[in-house]
Amino acid sequence: MTSHILSLVTFLPLAGVVAILCLRGADADVARNARWIALYVSLADLAVAIGVWALFDPSRGDFQMVEEARWLPGFNIAYRVGIDGLSVFFVLLSSFLTPICIVSAWTAVQNRVREYMIAFLVLETMMVGTFCALDLFMFYMFFEGTLIPMFLIIGIWGGSRRVYSAFKFFLYTLLGSVLMLLALIAVYYTTGSSDIRVALDFAFPPAMQIWLWLAFFASFAVKMPMWPVHTWLPDAHVEAPTAGSVILAGVLLKMGGYGFIRFSLPMFPLASETLTPFVFTLSVVAIIYTSLVALAQDDMKKVIAYSSVAHMGIVTTGIFTVTSEGLQGAMIQMLSHGVVSAALFLVVGVVYDRLHTHEIARFGGLANNMPKYAAVFMFFMLASIGLPGTSGFVGEFLSLIGAFQVNTWVAFLATTGMILSACYMLYLYRRIIFGVFVHDDARAMLDLSPREVAIFAPVIVVALWMGIYPASFLRPIQPSVANLIEHVQASERAHAALLAAATQR
Amino acid sequence: MPVFPVPDFMPALPEMFLGVAALALLLLGVHQGDRAAREIAWLSVGALVVDMALVLAPLASHGPAREVSFYGMFVTDGFGGYAKLLVLAGSALSLVIALSYNDRQGLARPEFATLVLLGTVGMLLMISANDLISLYLGLELQSLALYVLASFARDSERSTEAGLKYFVLGALASGMLLYGASMVYGFAGTTNFDVMGKLFANGGTVPVGLVIGIVFIAVGLAFKCSAVPFHMWTPDVYEGAPTPITAFFSIAPKTAAIVLFVRVMVGPFGGLVAEWRQIIWFISAASMILGSFAAINQRSVKRLMAYSSIGHAGYALIGLAAGNAAGVRGVLVYMAIYVVMNAGTFAFILSMRRDGHMIEEIADLAGLSRTRPGLALAVGIFMFSMAGIPPMAGFFAKVYVFLAAIDTGLPSLYVLAVIGVLSSVVGAYYYLRIVKLMYFDEPAPAFDRPAGRELQAVLVLTAFVVLFFFVYPGFIVDGADAAAAALFAG
Repeated sequence: MTSHILSLVTFLPLAGVVAILCLRGADADVARNARWIALYVSLADLAVAIGVWALFDPSRGDFQMVEEARWLPGFNIAYRVGIDGLSVFFVLLSSFLTPICIVSAWTAVQNRVREYMIAFLVLETMMVGTFCALDLFMFYMFFEGTLIPMFLIIGIWGGSRRVYSAFKFFLYTLLGSVLMLLALIAVYYTTGSSDIRVALDFAFPPAMQIWLWLAFFASFAVKMPMWPVHTWLPDAHVEAPTAGSVILAGVLLKMGGYGFIRFSLPMFPLASETLTPFVFTLSVVAIIYTSLVALAQDDMKKVIAYSSVAHMGIVTTGIFTVTSEGLQGAMIQMLSHGVVSAALFLVVGVVYDRLHTHEIARFGGLANNMPKYAAVFMFFMLASIGLPGTSGFVGEFLSLIGAFQVNTWVAFLATTGMILSACYMLYLYRRIIFGVFVHDDARAMLDLSPREVAIFAPVIVVALWMGIYPASFLRPIQPSVANLIEHVQASERAHAALLAAATQR
Repeated sequence: MPVFPVPDFMPALPEMFLGVAALALLLLGVHQGDRAAREIAWLSVGALVVDMALVLAPLASHGPAREVSFYGMFVTDGFGGYAKLLVLAGSALSLVIALSYNDRQGLARPEFATLVLLGTVGMLLMISANDLISLYLGLELQSLALYVLASFARDSERSTEAGLKYFVLGALASGMLLYGASMVYGFAGTTNFDVMGKLFANGGTVPVGLVIGIVFIAVGLAFKCSAVPFHMWTPDVYEGAPTPITAFFSIAPKTAAIVLFVRVMVGPFGGLVAEWRQIIWFISAASMILGSFAAINQRSVKRLMAYSSIGHAGYALIGLAAGNAAGVRGVLVYMAIYVVMNAGTFAFILSMRRDGHMIEEIADLAGLSRTRPGLALAVGIFMFSMAGIPPMAGFFAKVYVFLAAIDTGLPSLYVLAVIGVLSSVVGAYYYLRIVKLMYFDEPAPAFDRPAGRELQAVLVLTAFVVLFFFVYPGFIVDGADAAAAALFAG
């Protein structure tokens, strides 16, 4: 029996879009109804996603809940969806963050509410679809499809330089992705199918692997983003509305890391092995350089944006160690970053909603008038640094253990990133929360409203859960990671045997 | 037994029907005068729809069987049938979206529709050409109608200038094509495509004169489908001609010219693919690059669409450069989607009206999403589609030609595909600029309404097709598949 639960979780938000499009009446009524519809639909989608998690068999390393249907005629390109341990939590993460985004924009977004809600629901479909896709072309369609709603979200509801940022975001990521499209086509013709499962088991010739790897890398490195193609991220974050930043940091960046784990590593193991030093170099540079850059920022969102680049550097390090610890650490680090950095942008959003600025110098001394806020901010700040007991610790620690097994220098340099992250986050926290009041309007700000508490509460629970009992997240990931490592090592062995045979002859 | 055997007329029934219909409507127009313009336009649309049925009927009843008649001059096959359906649909859509514009601009004259019909007959003949002579006849019948249409607004300096420019350059291109045809005839000893196909089937050593002939034929055809470096007329003519004519130019004749290009290159010269591939390669690459870069600084919507159509010709020709069945399928899918996107976009341009005057500046679109959200949504869909962003139809159009290019396994086509995707990123910039104006900027004064019921109908229909193409791509692709197979089977 095939279950259609993955199609449901992917396309359910579109039902909300249709409902919102049908709304008629006065602007205020339409806005209110659109908010409620979007919230209910995204909560329903979260419920379905939790159902997916419940039905997911954590002992299996292969794809589950697979659905297939005929799609593009003339080619072996079909509608195929399925999830394994590597994707199940990303589905959950996407559907977890969407309702939070919708609630966070409840009062902040007052113009064009209907379009805003539609954009987020479409974005949710695209994100969930990306992680569920089991067909290369479907993956690409969803992966690229996220650009349209995000472009509109930044451009319509963004800050003063929104147009520049929206274009930069769109064109940067598009440029990376179109090269991947050609690589996808090449993969399709080499394997005769666009089924990801077929491509994963296919042994590509070594010379071809390098080219394909580079084409995929162009896309994922921009999306991730890795140094030196990260420059779109600070711009996009600063100009995007709060909820846009949340989704951008929470989910869209993870598509790059997911792509590395899903495609680059298992499909092109030999190229990955050859180019690992290259990735390590970029990752270490990213960790140290962007951490230092983060120290020098005077905009709250920019600090968090640069810290994202540094954290993603730890993720790529973990992935390309191809060790069990490194890969699991990278997965947890991505999930943790998805929750924690998303929450940090919400934290910024709280004061932005009150003062309409995220310039650090405009704040100071908030511990006095916003104690609840200070506590929440402190929690997420510490989680971002990777304090034991929070989710950030598990991810970074496992990734660094993995790196240590492969290359001690990489591990050493990456660890400095943790120290630097403590520097810039504590420095940020000091400037915002402690000290004395400089501005009267900052003094007059009210503490968190019940709505805002309701936003942060589930995020705190999840971050603590991942930090204190990571096993419930690691257990479903482990079989898939083990499969992946086994596959990579087998193809390396096969290649080595081939080389040995060739030299003997 | 008759000395002069009477050919089988049935294969040419659609062409004959349409020709007779055009002449009958011309008579009616002369008799009734300008007041019957609207009725004649609708009757012409009806004639085009009936003609689609006439094309479709033999395809549906006994498959895409290849039939050659008129002493080898005229061929009907699945490939031609698919292309004819596209051209007829494109002409019909152009006539429909022209109605309200013509009424308002005082261009509602019966010859408008009859000229479009005559031009369409020429296109059908081009598509069915199986001989250099019939190719030229079809091409000229089409072109003569188009020259007149370009200067249809006789009182407008811009329109007459566009017509004259088009005529002079078009005549030059026709001359080159004829010169090429004469060279080919000189070296092949025949003008018949089937005979040439057999003659050149094995490639072998090719006389230089023959290559020169092919080059000149390619020049003439590249001019007709406005591919670089023979695109110079396009922006001026597109801008100067009345907007519905521009829409028509960018839809039906363009499709016919590209289809003819495919027919000539793959049919008679199929064995010489190694010779002409580099020509097509260059034309395709240059069109994509110029189309995307030159459009960036345009301020007039019509000029923008001209460069956009140059770029799209480049993408479609990637499929021809691939030179295989997958490539031809790619071309046909591309053109089908292109017709829909362009019809929709021009339906929008024709509804750009403020204070009773047509407006053509891109800047006039500012804030359209506030003043006319439905219209802005449709245009947004078309722009994302033209930029090739999934899940819009334009993405699939590009995927099909890129699939064909990679399928060949030739390094030169890999390079062409890379040029294609990179210039699509540049192209995305100017399409996005329109989205930016509509969605990010403060509103300019609103457009007049109503824009016209038939314009709205076309907009909704085309936007729907473009947006939901991905749900069931088979309805365009399956036909293209069979059509491409038919071309290579013959």
